[in-house]
Amino acid sequence: MTELAPSRTDSSPAGDCHAEWKKGGAEATGLDLAAAREKLATRRGPAYWRSLEELSEAPEFGELLDREFPRFAAEWPDGVSRRNFLQLAAASLGLAGLTACTRQPIEKIVPWLKQPEQVLPGKPLHFATSMTLSGVAIGLLVESHGGRPTKIEGNPDHPASLGGTDAVSQASVLGLYDPDRSQHAARLGRIGSWNDFSNELAAALRAQDALGGSGLRLLTGPTTSPTEARLIGELRSRFPQAQWHRWDPLADAGRRHALAAALGVPLEARFDLASADVILALESDFLTSGPGAVRYAHDFASRRRVAEGSAAMNRLYAAESSPSPTGSVADHRLRLRPSAIPRAVQALAAHLGVAGVSASPPESPALDEATARWIAAVATDLAAHPGRALVVAGETLPAAVHVLVAAIHEKLGASGATVLYTAPLEAEPVDPLASLAELLADLQAGKVDLLLISGVNPVYDAPADLEVARILRESRGHRFHHGLYDDETAEYCHWHLPAAHYLESWGDARAYDGTASLVQPLIEPLYSGKTLSEILAAMLGRGGESAYDLLRETWASGHTALSAALSDDAFRKLLHDGLSAGSATPATVPALVSVTAVAAAASAIAALPAPSENDLELALRPDPSVLDGRFANNGWLQELPKPITKLTWDNAVLLSPRTAERLGVHGEQVVEITTTEGRKASGPVWILPGQADGVATVHLGYGRTRAGKVANEIGFSAYVLQTASSRWGSTSITVRKTGDQVKLATTQGHHAIDWMREESEQAAVRAVVRQASLAEYRANPNFAHGEGHAAGGLDTSVSFHPGFEYKGYAWGMAIDLNSCTGCNACVVACQAENNIPVVGKDQVARGREMHWIRIDRYFQGDIDAPAGIASQPIVCMQCEQAPCEVVCPVAATTHSTEGLNDMVYNRCVGTRYCANNCPYKVRRFNFLLYQDWETEQFKLQRNPDVTVRSRGVMEKCTYCVQRINRVRLAADRDQVQVADGEIRTACQQACPTRAIHFGNLNDVSSDVVAMKKNSRNYSLLEELGTRPRTTYLAMVKNPNPELAA
Amino acid sequence: MAQIFPKSANAVAKASIFAVLFLVAAGGFALWRLANSGYVTRQGIILEQPVPFSHDHHVAQIGIDCRYCHTAVESQASAGIPPTQTCMNCHNQLWTNAALLEPIRASLREGKPIQWNRVNDLPDFVYFNHSIHVAKGVACTTCHGPVDKMPLMYQGAPLTMKWCLDCHRDPVKNLRPRSEVANVFWQPPADLAAQQAIWAKAHNVQSKVSCSTCHR
Repeated sequence: MTELAPSRTDSSPAGDCHAEWKKGGAEATGLDLAAAREKLATRRGPAYWRSLEELSEAPEFGELLDREFPRFAAEWPDGVSRRNFLQLAAASLGLAGLTACTRQPIEKIVPWLKQPEQVLPGKPLHFATSMTLSGVAIGLLVESHGGRPTKIEGNPDHPASLGGTDAVSQASVLGLYDPDRSQHAARLGRIGSWNDFSNELAAALRAQDALGGSGLRLLTGPTTSPTEARLIGELRSRFPQAQWHRWDPLADAGRRHALAAALGVPLEARFDLASADVILALESDFLTSGPGAVRYAHDFASRRRVAEGSAAMNRLYAAESSPSPTGSVADHRLRLRPSAIPRAVQALAAHLGVAGVSASPPESPALDEATARWIAAVATDLAAHPGRALVVAGETLPAAVHVLVAAIHEKLGASGATVLYTAPLEAEPVDPLASLAELLADLQAGKVDLLLISGVNPVYDAPADLEVARILRESRGHRFHHGLYDDETAEYCHWHLPAAHYLESWGDARAYDGTASLVQPLIEPLYSGKTLSEILAAMLGRGGESAYDLLRETWASGHTALSAALSDDAFRKLLHDGLSAGSATPATVPALVSVTAVAAAASAIAALPAPSENDLELALRPDPSVLDGRFANNGWLQELPKPITKLTWDNAVLLSPRTAERLGVHGEQVVEITTTEGRKASGPVWILPGQADGVATVHLGYGRTRAGKVANEIGFSAYVLQTASSRWGSTSITVRKTGDQVKLATTQGHHAIDWMREESEQAAVRAVVRQASLAEYRANPNFAHGEGHAAGGLDTSVSFHPGFEYKGYAWGMAIDLNSCTGCNACVVACQAENNIPVVGKDQVARGREMHWIRIDRYFQGDIDAPAGIASQPIVCMQCEQAPCEVVCPVAATTHSTEGLNDMVYNRCVGTRYCANNCPYKVRRFNFLLYQDWETEQFKLQRNPDVTVRSRGVMEKCTYCVQRINRVRLAADRDQVQVADGEIRTACQQACPTRAIHFGNLNDVSSDVVAMKKNSRNYSLLEELGTRPRTTYLAMVKNPNPELAA
Repeated sequence: MAQIFPKSANAVAKASIFAVLFLVAAGGFALWRLANSGYVTRQGIILEQPVPFSHDHHVAQIGIDCRYCHTAVESQASAGIPPTQTCMNCHNQLWTNAALLEPIRASLREGKPIQWNRVNDLPDFVYFNHSIHVAKGVACTTCHGPVDKMPLMYQGAPLTMKWCLDCHRDPVKNLRPRSEVANVFWQPPADLAAQQAIWAKAHNVQSKVSCSTCHR
């Protein structure tokens, strides 16, 4: 593979660099996939690869390996070349020196008038609160510096979190300070006052009094809040004819309908992953999306921590159309078109002997042989684990599938064991699509005099054939919009009212398991926003009442079934804890699954359209980062490389390599999708190995027009392809090349560790990703070091020079690759904790993203059907023999006595020698002034314990030295040792699966030492002798021997 | 052709070499002095304050402990500036009509905090922690100078990195018993060096010169 190295003599004249770079994007499209396939066939051992560019030996990728930053990363943007820049720099050199001569300005100290207890300058406080998504809460602890919420952590006592979080909740603190949030009430686009609104509302409601509210409509998201439910109940008793509609672009009522049909009562299912031995995920990314995902990921990972002596783990099968984090950690992953999944479930049910399902329904086309064999093996495995098996079917699957899954659970004895059925969490659950359609019908019929839309954006995110915008525009009556942004829907309403962010709100909600959780504000509303409960109170003629009073009333009067009336002390305790302990919804023992419902489901599945192999299917899915688009204006989430694709700032049409070849399209070429209903949308193609053949997956949430400065006009909206009857895709679409080309910013090739270019045997020694099956691990627990790898690890302590003795503390980290799902929570947590800037799409495309922790994603094996997808979080290794330190001409990066590789920003002159010398490529350079030094709101978010870096400065992971110092100083003050687990890095604390372990290597009883003693522990690029403090625990998969071919 | 330069030019040329060397050295010395002068470091410069608060009067004459006002010094990074309420604890009884104290009364009356000018100001990339220094037995006056003799507050030390490191390299010479850190009248014992070694051991005083000790 040595020929992969590009020739270094072809550098073009300096003046043309920029043009060259632009051209590179166009040339990179025509990848030779056939050559890549050949290349893979010649490889020995577990062949890992990062991207198709790498396999097809695109020169661009070779450069990414050779260089710390891509070739033109050091170029000035906007057409100024390096040469121009040097000229400018020389001219301004003399003047530049003078800037160092400024004296520090005199600063003010402003003390309190009366010092509140506990509030001391520099001392962060933590408050429990909850964030809701689709109405369902996750418990959080929010760090507050001087009254400013700066960082989100999970609430360790909360069952939905257990201390972990996800990327979206980590990023929500940036959403609070978003300057694009609407800042005032507006009437017909002009600034209005809350008073005018109240008067107009009161007048409109007075007219409704006589009508019993028959013209009053409310449209909200689904809610589990006891307070909101109570107020809506009161509103209904004042206006008995009023209607309450709900809309949620993420929710599908399929599962709930199915359970109602199968079990006779409306129920909700939640899963106990901790007691599941065999799990089948069907088109479901249950580890990183949906309510309860953080807890599910935690419980799932708790069954995969193998060590010598306890080498037992669960087994996960995943059948999915597009690779997800859940699919990437699965022991067996089957690429399956969405349309084939119902038939696969039917085959599974038949194998398990579910009554009412015939083995081979004559009217249904048979599954292909490989799928049938896979399903048979899964069925045998599931049946062998009665009471400990679980099937998780995705939200987007049709109701009939959920009926069969309920029947399978019954058959497997999973009901009441791994699957718990409970009463629905939501207050008055409805089918959101039907509910929205009813409202639209009433609007068209002119029955609506007064419509309040709160917290939803149907003009943007409802299926296009509902024509929400047109109906709203043509409808009569008052329309009020209440939301965080003056968004697409607000445009069609008379009034827009700013909503309070959850960090500004009092409220309550229930978690995935029903636990009643409290929402507590961390700050006064920045933009005079109000909560839904306050708006509802205004509608009840109680306009002056605060959200706190309304909340307190709910919890004082025993309005909720959750608790009796609470005293003030008990309520304070509730706020402190953030939840009402023991309020989880009890599991009910369901009736037996109705055989007629199963039979009906089976025939419904047989009647589903079965596209032929040549048909191209469309799958519409929520985006992994911005979901349905509600977080689109969050720069952290936009710049977050999406799991698996590693795309940032865009959505794309995801196609498998084979499908792309068949369609004759290359990556980044724009195609126009036309559905059978004639709906059209255009977007760039992204070729994604692991994608099922014949499926185009498009993520929702992009193409917004009124989201804010960050999100407007990026990507394309896939909602225009949605219809009410086919929300999650279409079985037959056509694509046509438009001839356009779009540069997509992916990070998959950036900061590539150079370990695969040598001959295969050497590559095995250098292997950065190490993996074995459970059987191999049992046979040879030392597999991560044996044979190809240096036995027992290399002895890198040999040196001519005496080593440094780390007395006191020696900080180290171990990352368990078997627990990592690649969910990205750590990346955003690091960004929030360490004041890491957002650089924008153009800069990401140049390889200048600033994330201190990145998640490298490797495909393994075949291009068309990768055998595995591995995620590896890479932080600074804090090498004891750090190559970066010796090359710094100004000693801006040096070693601390505790083994940290310190970075002194104020000393750094920006030579970038250190980054050039880092084999792990973890150093990030501020090529431009990325940090926003102007916007006042963003200043409030920053962590005051971390320096805000300026242009021309190198930065990198420090193991969160600010957290280390805080705890170490406090312990030193009390003359005690820092206890194990007292210091947690931001990434470690956010991780839902506890994959990251950190602590003192000199404390033999510490958790991190125990991890490092695990035989799976290995260092990256150990033979370089850098002695990294960050080590990795090799992956162990638990494949089914029946399927191991 | 006549000589252009007279013979004395040789001497001038020789002298000018030394003159240039001297000027460069003098210029360097001047820059070095300037960088370490009170003008740049602000050492010894009195800043105007809303109220001419006298530490001399309150500390030395009345004998109020530093920690009565700077309450967070033993537990937090920042020692804390007292809230208006702390001033009024006494001044609602004493000097209740003094013109000098009008800003204090106005602050409480109008609900507006007093804006003091920061005297001891480290650059923003330095993370100093009062509590650990106090816990190790570094006295207030060691860094803040003879506060008890300052009718108006000024910066008592240069607060340059060199000055910080002088102590961080060898902290023992600046130690006191922990109980005496806020005592401005403390007299060192005769066998100071021997005692300091004992205190250093008792409070686990270490030389900390890693970059991340102060910068992060």
